[in-house]
Amino acid sequence: MLRTLRQRITLTDIFIWVIGLSIAGIVIWGTISTLQQGRYSGSSWLDLTIKGLALGGVYALIAMGYTMVYGILKMINFAHSEVFMSGPFTAVFVALGFSKSGFLDRQPVISLIIITIVSAAVSTLIAVLLERIAYRPLRSAPRLVPLITAIGASFFLQYVFRGLYGSGSYGYPAIKIFEQSVTFAGIQVHKTQIAVIIGAIVMMVVLYGIVQWTKIGKAMRAVSEDKEAAELMGINVDRIIVFTFAMGGASAGIGGILYTLLFPVVNFYMGFFPGIKAFTAAVLGGIGNVPGAFLGSIILGLLESVGPNLFLTGLGIPSPSQLKDAIAFVVLVLILIFRPTGILGERISQDKA
Amino acid sequence: MSKRLLILVSLVIVASMVLGACATTTPQATSAPYTCTDSIGCVTIGPSDPIHIAYLLVVSGANAALGTDSRNGVEIAIADAGGKILGHDIKFDGEDGLCTADGGQAAGTKLAADPSIVAVIGTSCSSEARAAEPLLSAAGFVTISSSNTAPDLTDPTNPNHYPGYFRTAHNDKIQGAAAADFAYTFLKITKAATIHDGSLYADKLTEVFRGEFEKLGGTITAATSVDPNATDMSSVLADIATGTPELIYFPIFLPAGAFLVDQAKTTPGLENTKLMGADGLYSPDVMNTAGDAVEGFMVSSPIVQGADYDKFVAKYVAKFGTQPINIFHAHAYDGFNIVKAAIEKAAVVDTDGTVHIPRQGLRDAMATTKEFKGLTGTLSCSYDGDCANPTIGVYVYHAGQYPPELIWPTEFIKTP
Repeated sequence: MLRTLRQRITLTDIFIWVIGLSIAGIVIWGTISTLQQGRYSGSSWLDLTIKGLALGGVYALIAMGYTMVYGILKMINFAHSEVFMSGPFTAVFVALGFSKSGFLDRQPVISLIIITIVSAAVSTLIAVLLERIAYRPLRSAPRLVPLITAIGASFFLQYVFRGLYGSGSYGYPAIKIFEQSVTFAGIQVHKTQIAVIIGAIVMMVVLYGIVQWTKIGKAMRAVSEDKEAAELMGINVDRIIVFTFAMGGASAGIGGILYTLLFPVVNFYMGFFPGIKAFTAAVLGGIGNVPGAFLGSIILGLLESVGPNLFLTGLGIPSPSQLKDAIAFVVLVLILIFRPTGILGERISQDKA
Repeated sequence: MSKRLLILVSLVIVASMVLGACATTTPQATSAPYTCTDSIGCVTIGPSDPIHIAYLLVVSGANAALGTDSRNGVEIAIADAGGKILGHDIKFDGEDGLCTADGGQAAGTKLAADPSIVAVIGTSCSSEARAAEPLLSAAGFVTISSSNTAPDLTDPTNPNHYPGYFRTAHNDKIQGAAAADFAYTFLKITKAATIHDGSLYADKLTEVFRGEFEKLGGTITAATSVDPNATDMSSVLADIATGTPELIYFPIFLPAGAFLVDQAKTTPGLENTKLMGADGLYSPDVMNTAGDAVEGFMVSSPIVQGADYDKFVAKYVAKFGTQPINIFHAHAYDGFNIVKAAIEKAAVVDTDGTVHIPRQGLRDAMATTKEFKGLTGTLSCSYDGDCANPTIGVYVYHAGQYPPELIWPTEFIKTP
């Protein structure tokens, strides 16, 4: 028994476990010493938590696109960050028009709905075109080929939008109804963050519902299980793939509008970081798994928001906020060391087995 | 066969020798030959060739207004000069420095490879200068910046100082001290926090501010930094809020500056904290990107006033169809005129119109510029590179109104 165990554990395993455990140790030590210092008040922690939840909700909507496409095609659509950028970067002109004409202040809800529809429509269109032009001709090619194409398509889309709208930044107008904050059990919470969290949750439920309870969702799951068998059963695989891309695009476009409620500045390179983070979140939760992407995104959003102050302040590191990306990726490394399939990844592989 | 080829080749050689001899003997017939004795070489401009002055400014991206405004100032100066220096046309083109060290390095490499360039107007940002100036200085150019303000660049003991570098922008030793003075004596604030973004400009400016503010008797509650590409500022603001400062001073750029303005108001403990930036955030793009949150945001910036300046603004509006979009147009206008005056002083003109510009001679002429009457004041340069004679003011933004309103020093406020 002991001998077989010794044979199974290699030197690499031990090395990786030592790294993992030492990172975990530093994190725990930092957390304890930060809490002992007592620098931050309870309301400040709560504020960071709520901001983290809102950010995580936006990541979740972007991560949907990565995880669904991976589930069906087993490829990583790196151009998805540009699908995310295209929607809000186009809808900003609608929003500015509404703001100039006074419609935004008079009918904030209707204008917000129109802006969201425009953003979702543009992102969907870009996602579908991307599938049709860049990926479909390469579907039977080796797996590396579409990956490289995705990177190329990402640059292409970025510079197309730079050419269309210029290299400067545009600011989304402030929406008056979201400006105040409400007091929640003695804590001030901003309406924007509440709106983003609610919006993200509603979207996630809708997306999960489509995948789980509709006929086309069933077809999507069938294609994801076995493409050839699904085709033999009479499922139009091309149509399902287009639908998957469209759903990911719409989700990213709506996520983009929620993102601009939090950070009201858009430019042609705005997709890069949220895209990378959402991809990380999808891997964290177990790529190919819809609830996993949601869970991974919420965890990542919280870690980014609360993490730098919680883990690093106690260690006496100056300007910890600059290390928030490092924290996000260190956590990814930890998860991949201890659970290589992601948090909810194992269930999927069991289902498939 | 080979004989015929030989004849052809020899004919071509003879023809080219005859033609070459013609070309070289013509100028000697009209004037004595000029011999270049300058230690770092000369630029020779033929009778019908233009004098090449380049720019290295940020003309795209989030900070495009900064460099475009300076370029507009130079274009007006060229128009005022009738498009000519010493009877030669002016060739004015350049490279985009992107307001980053990488961009400055790439643009500087391109410009340094062009030996026809006499002088460079630029850079826009101090980080660009740090990367580009070693290259431009080694190429023998004279550089004059309209908006670099980092103290290092004109400090002869500092490795970031290079010969041939001049600026009409103020030194941040002055701007940082003025901001600290404003905060302590005018706003009566005793607790402040500073944020920089890792750029040479912001790092040095916050350092000067902290030093002066503490000297006056104030307390610095936090001196921290942000990533210039970050969008989520919640953790840095939460960190700053623990010190309960009355003012946050962040002399950084867009878009990070706009995100700080926007997010500070929704951070618990910072709702009423005053926010202040510097000339890097004096731009209409701040209005566009921060939206209504901009109300009450203050920036320090040089004050340029006077009848000549008003005339210049009228020309600017006529030429570009807009009010000046930034603050360093007049500095660029003065910078170009100082270069023009120095070229006229240092150049040797042959009778046929050929102009020889000794490069070190031009630097000497620049450095000995005295009492130059410009739009930004009376300018005197030195070998260190500082030409400016600035007055720093503080402006406050109001939502939907540009340019921002001047609030300090009170004696400069124009009553309408």
